[in-house]
Amino acid sequence: MAQRTVSIASSVGLHARPAAIFVEQASQSGLDVEIGRPGEDAVDATSILGVMALGAKHGEEVVLTAEGEGAEEVLDGLVELLSRDLDAE
Amino acid sequence: MTDSTATPPTDAELRRGIGVSPGTAYGPVVQVAPAVTAPANEAPTTDPEAALVDVKAAFDSVAADLEGRARHADDTAQQILKATALIAKDKGLHKAAGKHLTAGKGKANAISAAIEDYAAQFEALGGYFAERVTDLRDVGSRAIAAVLGVPAPGVPHFDVPSVIVAEDLAPAETATLDRALVAGIITQAGGRTSHTAILAAQMGIPAVVQCPDATQIAPGTRVAVDGDSGEVTLNPTGAYVDGLRERREKRAAALTATSGPGRTKDGHHVALLANIGGIKDAEEAGPQDLEGVGLFRTEFVFLSSDKAPTVEEQTEIYTKVFAPFGDRRVVVRTLDAGADKPLAFADLGPEENPALGRRGLRLSAERPDLLDAQLEALENARKATGADVRVMAPMVATAEEAAWFARRVRENGLPKAGVMIEVPGAALRAEHVLGDCDFGSLGTNDLAQYTMAADRMQGELSDLLDPWQPAVLDVIKAACDGAAKAGKPMGVCGEAGGDPLLALVLTGLGVGSLSMAPSKVSMVRFALSLHSLADCQGLAARALAAPTAAEAAAAVKEAAHEELSVLI
Repeated sequence: MAQRTVSIASSVGLHARPAAIFVEQASQSGLDVEIGRPGEDAVDATSILGVMALGAKHGEEVVLTAEGEGAEEVLDGLVELLSRDLDAE
Repeated sequence: MTDSTATPPTDAELRRGIGVSPGTAYGPVVQVAPAVTAPANEAPTTDPEAALVDVKAAFDSVAADLEGRARHADDTAQQILKATALIAKDKGLHKAAGKHLTAGKGKANAISAAIEDYAAQFEALGGYFAERVTDLRDVGSRAIAAVLGVPAPGVPHFDVPSVIVAEDLAPAETATLDRALVAGIITQAGGRTSHTAILAAQMGIPAVVQCPDATQIAPGTRVAVDGDSGEVTLNPTGAYVDGLRERREKRAAALTATSGPGRTKDGHHVALLANIGGIKDAEEAGPQDLEGVGLFRTEFVFLSSDKAPTVEEQTEIYTKVFAPFGDRRVVVRTLDAGADKPLAFADLGPEENPALGRRGLRLSAERPDLLDAQLEALENARKATGADVRVMAPMVATAEEAAWFARRVRENGLPKAGVMIEVPGAALRAEHVLGDCDFGSLGTNDLAQYTMAADRMQGELSDLLDPWQPAVLDVIKAACDGAAKAGKPMGVCGEAGGDPLLALVLTGLGVGSLSMAPSKVSMVRFALSLHSLADCQGLAARALAAPTAAEAAAAVKEAAHEELSVLI
């Protein structure tokens, strides 16, 4: 299982628009991807409601995990995405 | 033909509402379907697996519909629609619905319960997340409509010019209407100053609110809408429609007959200005024949954001708003927020009575940092564009507040400071309230609300909120007299300024500028051109002498120039 830790760069946190972009990219991977706070239960990264209900704020750390072929690349892509200020774009 | 306009024929059916956006329209009815809720008596689920297939299909059809609409929408709407489609496709939501089906709930109730599970989580998170609950419930309402086989809530697709009928329209629904296809708007609820009324006037779409049993009119029924008189006629005869068309043509001719700055017949100048609420409004109003902006509402700069916009961000927006007006006047109202439209970054907590609470300048007094950033940005944009920028504060009640605001405006380099006169207390003491200011501007919507103690969002109280109410006219007169004593100009920026008859009365009372939806300017210009200042003063005296609002309006209409009264 691949795993990454990244802090949220979006200035207003992982809400509707940044969450939608993140969920779309996670869904396109076709893998089981999860997102959660370190040490807490993770949620399905392809569920926009789950991701939004996480309520991850700007600067907070989240842990991403993925299973399956190409998991490392998929996580690298998602980490890159979360490291950008999606709201400013 | 003129007879038929006076008395609609007997096979036609007349419904009387309140005209809130002038002009006439004729076309088939398109009913806006109301939100759908899960029926209380729905049969319980016996086969949860089969039921879940149906529920998933319902969510999928909602997602497909939203994605389809996203393809035809502009950028902003497209993002919202796509994100909403993602909610409908959410596996977690489907799973939650499945759980409620297994527990025995019917399909519609299972959808509703799953939606409410998430709504509760989002509401607990507060702020921006809580606002998304509206989108979530919209998805739920659409999915429930799909499993029940009833029309989806909202404006259905239509492709011939039609009359839109609804209980009431949400601001977002009104804003996304296609101007080319919407001939007129009728609502059963709503009021004279509701958002539907303001937006319809802004878009120049004839509209009637408070129309009895409007939602019961069968879709496709031909209706004639008279946005001046408030009359809605079902199945009108050809003669009646011809009469309306004739009036529309006369009106169009009258509207192009005059141009340039507003003047009475004897040359007394009354500035005609636009009310605007954003960059798009500014770009549309800029090229039109008007003398500038009498009310630029700045809330949109703040409401769409989770954090206070920076001076740089605000400067960029204000520059875009001022630019279309060259060196013409732009009167800016500083931030007018309160507990009814709270800001994520300046929330003073809920209030029992937001209209009477810490709003407008009272909020600025608690958060002077927000006001200073706004004033600095306005000054930057003024320098960048060369516009004649004048700044005014909302919700001023006393001379001290006005002086405090004027000082802050000047400290930021801005040359002209004014106050909105919308609190009756400030109107009665206008001479002193305006002492340290350069001008006053009557916000007639709020002034009526506070004078008559009637909530302007209560459609049922429309009669009390009528600006023709003699008490409201008395308060306006007091404000104009006070301004005259102080030697300061007084304008009007409420919807009253766009009513051609009231515009004459206001001019007679001493008002020197009228600001309104741009679509109303040419009618007011025409009305002024037919009357001298002395005529206007005579009409004002008639209005003030009348015991009731209806009699005041009737007395003025009767005495106004015939060329005007036949058009309204």
